[in-house]
Amino acid sequence: METKNVMIVGVGGQGSLLASKLLGSILTDEGYDVKVSEVHGMSQRGGSVVTYVRFGDKVYSPVVSTGEADYIVSFEKIEAARYAAWLKDGGRIVVNIQQIDPMPVITGAAEYPEGILEELKSKGIFVDEIDALSMASDAGSSKAVNIVLMGRLAKYFDIGKEKWLAAIEKLVKPQFVEINKKAFEIGYSS
Amino acid sequence: MKKMMLGNEAAARGLYEAGVKVVSSYPGTPSTEITEFAAKYDEIYCEWAPNEKVATEVAFGASLRGVRSACAMKHVGLNVAADPLFTLSYTGVNGGLVLFVADDPAMHSSQNEQDSRHYAVAAKVPMLEPSDSVETKEFVKEAYEISEKYDTPVIVRMCTRIAHCQNVVELEDRKEIPVPEYEKQPQKYIMSPANAVRRHPFVEERTKKLSEFGETSPLNRIEKGSSNEIGIICAGTCYQYVKEVFGDKVFVLKLGLINPLPERLIRDFAASVEKVYVIEELDGIIEQHLNKLGVPCVGKELFPPVGEFNQSTIRAAFGLPQPKSVSSDTPVPVRPPVMCAGCPHRGLFYVLSKNKITTLGDIGCYTLGSAAPLSALDSTLCMGASVSGIHGFNKAGGADSEEKTVCVIGDSTFMHSGMTGLVNIAYNGSNSTVIILDNSITGMTGHQQNPTTGYNIKGEPAAAVDLEELCRAIGIKRVRVVDPYDLKQCEDAVKEELAVKEPSVIISRRPCMLLKYVKPKPALKINPEKCVSCKMCMKLGCPAISIKDKKAFIDPTQCVGCAVCGQLCKVGAIEV
Ligand SMILES: Cc1ncc(C[n+]2csc(CCOP(=O)(O)OP(=O)(O)O)c2C)c(N)n1
Repeated sequence: METKNVMIVGVGGQGSLLASKLLGSILTDEGYDVKVSEVHGMSQRGGSVVTYVRFGDKVYSPVVSTGEADYIVSFEKIEAARYAAWLKDGGRIVVNIQQIDPMPVITGAAEYPEGILEELKSKGIFVDEIDALSMASDAGSSKAVNIVLMGRLAKYFDIGKEKWLAAIEKLVKPQFVEINKKAFEIGYSS
Repeated sequence: MKKMMLGNEAAARGLYEAGVKVVSSYPGTPSTEITEFAAKYDEIYCEWAPNEKVATEVAFGASLRGVRSACAMKHVGLNVAADPLFTLSYTGVNGGLVLFVADDPAMHSSQNEQDSRHYAVAAKVPMLEPSDSVETKEFVKEAYEISEKYDTPVIVRMCTRIAHCQNVVELEDRKEIPVPEYEKQPQKYIMSPANAVRRHPFVEERTKKLSEFGETSPLNRIEKGSSNEIGIICAGTCYQYVKEVFGDKVFVLKLGLINPLPERLIRDFAASVEKVYVIEELDGIIEQHLNKLGVPCVGKELFPPVGEFNQSTIRAAFGLPQPKSVSSDTPVPVRPPVMCAGCPHRGLFYVLSKNKITTLGDIGCYTLGSAAPLSALDSTLCMGASVSGIHGFNKAGGADSEEKTVCVIGDSTFMHSGMTGLVNIAYNGSNSTVIILDNSITGMTGHQQNPTTGYNIKGEPAAAVDLEELCRAIGIKRVRVVDPYDLKQCEDAVKEELAVKEPSVIISRRPCMLLKYVKPKPALKINPEKCVSCKMCMKLGCPAISIKDKKAFIDPTQCVGCAVCGQLCKVGAIEV
């Protein structure tokens, strides 16, 4: 099988590392060769964060470059636009419509662009928008945005729901398992 | 058993399996997790040392005593550890000694992009470079074999993309090695000129032997491709990018032992292909070796010496088609990292910024104080340089600069290399004002304990350096502590200490908001009736405060109730 690429992009502190770990773990259990790449450090402090999950028969490069991503899961609206160029022709973006202002917007040095997802769609890009923040709150914690989004991504994968739920049990701290399973279900059935 | 592991976790696993007993390190992205994961094995004694030089010398001591030891650092850490390294090359080892150095091409979290392979060449020590987690674990074990067989410290070079990439690794058992009797060997370990003169030829001889070892070691391997038109020499990350693009179509010489480099293997490889390419990130070190051998190759003329590569870099260099991609035409504002809401550094930086004080900065979360709107810093060079630098600045500028210049340095950085600078200030007498930003943790690298925090790497209680007493013992008479959440207290302290004609230390003390034991207070609210839209609160650059419908707005999910903004509001619009 040709290597498939998923990019998870968002804002430091939104839990994209756990999301990529979850995806990596499931794909490994499915028998794929998997690489999960992340950058730690500065990116934890509210900066833009990117992780790459690559899987297939044999994965070489740890990173995804422009035009290669089968899926981009964006935890924030403009991050989807920032990384759109990484999407493959025919790839899909799953995006949380939440707006988190970066510092230049807060200070007034820049404006938060309007209608950015519409622009992407007008260019023929498949954009799947969800309000993951509200869904996470419904599940019991606004912090579960990451798992809601993984639930939505799971719809595009041919991997049984039980397997995702089992992986959540394995990776999430016991006290948060129930909320996260619920968050996954909400994302999955949305 | 198989496990998904970060390169750094695999490195730690390698240490465990190799029977390593002592690991001493100083944190630094992207090397930090090696030591954090190693600390999870009860069989390995692990510690955070105050800096990389100390860590390397601890590893030396453990090796001298006959056990396998290691230390891990980021690339710039090796600058600090270079002194012991160069002479360790002469003494060689008793128990195997491995030094991990993590380079950061593209500077994801670093202040420069130096290529640590130069150190291996200059110090004449072998260097291994793995290209994924599986190799990392294997190479670490092999590094100990090489270290003991050839009597040398060994460097394992990691890069961000190897250190922070996970793939599946097969776990093996630990090889337990008993601690031998200690035997005194003064000629080998006392590097007085008389002894060192005898060790240097040994080092030269060892390099030749290691180069010979590299000719046949499986660490270096040729992968034959379907066509011999192109032959590529590469290592580490670049190997992966090359395979990603070419698969089995070209000939590849993959180097695992990147110093010393082999000669015959390279000549034979070059002879077997039509054209040789050397693909390496950062400097053209392998390419220079080929030049020396007189083997024609294409390298840096095609591949830049800056930044990191990926598969697209390789495709571009060979004129191969790139995948089609569509991008957004709307400019997307940048999203730089920022100081967190409630960060104790913010209040102090506001005071410095407001009073237009020249501020020599250092390295840590507080480097983020350089960003707008605080724009509080004038310089950031390397760890410790703020304290040494302000002394030079003030000696050069005299009273005029002494009255309006401070330096800021974090608690971990002060212990790392700030205190020697303070000794210089006291000893050589400049009226410098040093501010220690004590947030009770090594923040930037992800919360490591340090000698001031009262805990060790395992979170167990440990001796804590008393910063006030330390500064006084150094010879600073004026030492005072302020709470950075109290703007007036900070401003008074800064103004007073700048005015006095002697050196002083202000310790700005409050634990990092992200520490588990720090409990956030309820979020504050803006009373829109009272808010006059003056935007004073926006001057803090707090990510929780923004303007919504012309009025200030506090994001309740981010605010931790530090109440610094409330002290700026002239109309009392910020309420609990
Ligand atoms: C020689 C060297 N070693 C390690 C690092 C990595 N590093 C950057 S900042 C930092 C520590 C900062 O801690 P502290 O001074 O307590 O400030 P904080 O981040 O907590 O504000 C470290 C270890 C470095 N840049 N240079």
